Amino acid sequence: MRSLDKVFAIVWKDLLTEVRTRELVVGMLVFAMLTIVTFNFSFDLTGIERAPSGAGALWVAFIFASLLGLGRAVALERDRGSFDGLLLVPVDRGMIYLGKLLGNVIFIAVVQLVTVPVFGALFDLPVYQPALFLILLLGTLGIAGLGTLFSVMAASTRAREVMLPVLLFPVALPVVISTVRATTLVLTDQMEDLVQWVNLLAAFDAIFLTIAFLVFDRVVED
Amino acid sequence: MTAPDESAAFSQDDATVRIAGHELTKRYERRSVLRKLNLQLDAGESVVLFGPNGAGKTTLLRVLSTLTRPQHGTLQINGLDSDSDGIRIRGQIGVLAHQPYVYDSLTARENLQFFGRMFDVPDLKRRIEYVLAEVELLERADDQVGTFSRGMLQRIALARAILHQPSILLFDEPDTGLDVASVRVLERILAEHCAAGGTLLMTTHDLDFGLRAASRVLVMARGRIELDHPACGVDRAQIESMMGAPGA
Repeated sequence: MRSLDKVFAIVWKDLLTEVRTRELVVGMLVFAMLTIVTFNFSFDLTGIERAPSGAGALWVAFIFASLLGLGRAVALERDRGSFDGLLLVPVDRGMIYLGKLLGNVIFIAVVQLVTVPVFGALFDLPVYQPALFLILLLGTLGIAGLGTLFSVMAASTRAREVMLPVLLFPVALPVVISTVRATTLVLTDQMEDLVQWVNLLAAFDAIFLTIAFLVFDRVVED
Repeated sequence: MTAPDESAAFSQDDATVRIAGHELTKRYERRSVLRKLNLQLDAGESVVLFGPNGAGKTTLLRVLSTLTRPQHGTLQINGLDSDSDGIRIRGQIGVLAHQPYVYDSLTARENLQFFGRMFDVPDLKRRIEYVLAEVELLERADDQVGTFSRGMLQRIALARAILHQPSILLFDEPDTGLDVASVRVLERILAEHCAAGGTLLMTTHDLDFGLRAASRVLVMARGRIELDHPACGVDRAQIESMMGAPGA
């Protein structure tokens, strides 16, 4: 329980910092909206391909917005030296990872909360479905779980803006494919095939989060 | 500004040896920063570490504070092995580095609340009031740290470092950016810490400050301890000459 209290302390600190500085979510939100609007005008939305195109557009927006936010969040903390202060606390560093992850998931969820209704209206797709929210949650956990780990690794390199997507993309591919495919099935009401993609996504999440939790201690050392 | 006396005797264990490093070696790529460095600090000792830029002082403090691992050698802090007991060690050390390790957008009090929760500091509210009074920042306690001057930042960093009453203080140039009055505050806190049986290892480039605050002098060059002498009677000219030597 004490470890959980520390995880929540990190989340509280990150949320309070973001509420006061607005350095992350605003940029992520603008980027996501811009992507959705751009795709909306570039795709032919009258045909049957509207749902697959929409699912792709939605996750392109979320993945790139997440990359923007995750990279910047850790880079800011590294640049100001406060990340070392966090590493000096007597807590399993896996718990520090969980705290940072939870904060990142909340930031991405805020972006999704605004973007998804706009996406639904522009693409005229049924977005208010429990299954879609489950996929958003699992997809976000996968992207943020890997992104939190790799953003810490990338932050200590010179070309960190380039390094994060380079590191993240190959590993996150199974999560991205499962998420986009599952989202397409939900938006086209093909629920019979959905379970296997959701299971696959949940399995990838479990594997990646466990590995990230275990290796975080070594990753943060210079 | 006065504060109730909260100085406590440190008695984590019966060991008198607080820091024991044996043949510590650290390399960054091909460059050796620590070369089989041996170091022992006992309980109650206040030690100042001098050395030219690049001598390896900051790296040594990062190794001792478990922020980085040596490639070779063994390190024990309060009898705990740094490889396997890092979490417990971190609860017993207070670190002050070049950067203040605080969050600009939080107030001084919020920063201390955060770190107090992370260190499980008992009776946190009272302890925060005490350390804020100690570093003479009570009046600015509810201001965001981002609005602080360099000296005030150093004082809030000092408050963060002593908040959990660590038995070992590892301070890297703690006098940086401090005015004369703030240096006196720092010296008082360091003296209280050592009087209570705490151990101090700090680096500084200010010879006068270092010799006033410490009872033992180490001079480091090229990744090794080149001089180990009681502060009383140490040859200042020799230290000055060694501090002017190239670091690596």
